[in-house]
Amino acid sequence: MISVTGLSKRYGSHLAVKDVNFNIEKGEVIGFLGPNGAGKSTIMNILTGYLSLTQGKVEIDGFDITENPEEAKKRIGYLPELPPLYMDMKVREYLDFVYDLKKVKFPKKAHINEILKLVKIDDVQNRLIKNLSKGYRQRVGFAQALIGNPDVLILDEPTVGLDPKQIIEIRNLIAKLGKNHTIILSSHILSEIQSVCKRVIIINQGEIIADDISENLSAKLSSDLSLVARIICSENEMLETLKTVKDVKSVVCLGCKENGSFDFLIEPEDNCDIRAAVFERVVSRGKTLLSLTSNSASLEQVFLKLTEVADNDEARKMLGTQNNYEEEN
Amino acid sequence: MTAIFKREFKAYFSTPIGYIFLAAFYFFLGIFFFTLFSNGSPAISEILSSMSTVIFFLLPVITMRTMSEDKRQKIDQILLTSPVKLSSIVLGKFFAALAVFAIGFAPTLIFEIIFAAFVSVNIFSYLYSLLGIMLLGGTLIAIGIFISSLTESTVVSAIITFLINIVLILITLFTSIIQNETIVKIISAISFTNVFQSFSDTVFSIADIIYFLSFIAAFLFLSVRSLEKRRWS
Repeated sequence: MISVTGLSKRYGSHLAVKDVNFNIEKGEVIGFLGPNGAGKSTIMNILTGYLSLTQGKVEIDGFDITENPEEAKKRIGYLPELPPLYMDMKVREYLDFVYDLKKVKFPKKAHINEILKLVKIDDVQNRLIKNLSKGYRQRVGFAQALIGNPDVLILDEPTVGLDPKQIIEIRNLIAKLGKNHTIILSSHILSEIQSVCKRVIIINQGEIIADDISENLSAKLSSDLSLVARIICSENEMLETLKTVKDVKSVVCLGCKENGSFDFLIEPEDNCDIRAAVFERVVSRGKTLLSLTSNSASLEQVFLKLTEVADNDEARKMLGTQNNYEEEN
Repeated sequence: MTAIFKREFKAYFSTPIGYIFLAAFYFFLGIFFFTLFSNGSPAISEILSSMSTVIFFLLPVITMRTMSEDKRQKIDQILLTSPVKLSSIVLGKFFAALAVFAIGFAPTLIFEIIFAAFVSVNIFSYLYSLLGIMLLGGTLIAIGIFISSLTESTVVSAIITFLINIVLILITLFTSIIQNETIVKIISAISFTNVFQSFSDTVFSIADIIYFLSFIAAFLFLSVRSLEKRRWS
């Protein structure tokens, strides 16, 4: 449905997007994840034809965005970061305008009514947009993108600035739309992407550093299975004991953090779950296990680490691979 | 194009701009009509000739927002990502401004009827000078739209358009102090008021019509290029 090859965008001497490649099949819901300024919005603006591209090729349903922009744009509904609303228009009036602008063929009244209901703004349809709250404006922006029922929806940070209840509503709406639309969604919040998208593309400094199914990605990001155990015991004795537990690679004593107990960092052999074994060994020696926690950083932290790495190749190494998705297909 | 025309035209009257423009417009029309009527010389073309100076000062008011406001509020994202041509966007905005301008001249029809009640009037002279003022207005609107497309600020857009219009009015005055003949020729070639004069004198000339049309086309083309350029910056 969407095919991007060798896409680059240069602003003066600054390369904002560097050689980006991806393919999105019909019906996929994918997430663009990356910190602010990573190039997510730039890529989206190029996909929708708002910005030109310096190099590469973008095709929407087989139509090149540079050579055949009108056909390509007909297939896209775009909700930019800041919804493009005319403040001096009423909601209904604005949607009528967008309907005419997009040269939609559906019966006008019924089509707009349907959308008003879907995004739940039918109660404000006769109000001026400038008098609406941020949440409502966002939804009007959403409605605008849905007019003409385009196959592709491109949503740039659709939940930014909304309250938690509105965020959940918008997420549910996206999930609902995902059943019969191809959706690209951007966010800098990992959990948000995970809750609605199957596939995630992580972008940093204008490059794709990961493109994978979201479960794979989180598994990879949290592959660290080492444990921290706090045990009431004597230091050296327990160190020796723990080393003999099955599948344990190494044990390091982290010292005394709580009176009478010691903390141990236990690292297992690759991909082994050693929690049960460690617990049983400690108990069988008659010692008390105060806590057993995973040493792995949270997904959020790992993502932060990934995107803070100066060199994108290094970030790819941290993930152990690049563009797994492409290889699998 | 019609979608953009309709929206823009309505927008003039959902903000005070359209009303302020027309109020000022009718004020001047009224004064000119009154003086003309009390002098007893029933030629609408004379009213239009006087108005031709006024519009240089009034038109920046309706063109200042055309492009700059969209850019500032990032509304151009909806226009540029919709399946419409850039030229349709510019033309829609151009015709909306021209329509407001035309409404400004609607009362001259009433003037003409009033005159006709008293003396025999020359309909052709009226219509031809009306065409002339429409072409002159269209040219100034096209220039205004182009200036507006260059900036994000409506104030900057208004001031620059205003300054350019003042230069366009005063430019003929320079001819008397400049000796160089080629420069004088160039100046009189871009003097809109001179060309308009032949419309209000009812000197029919296809060349004059083409003169204004080509200015309109050139500045609308530049506006389209300016919109296009935004995508590259």
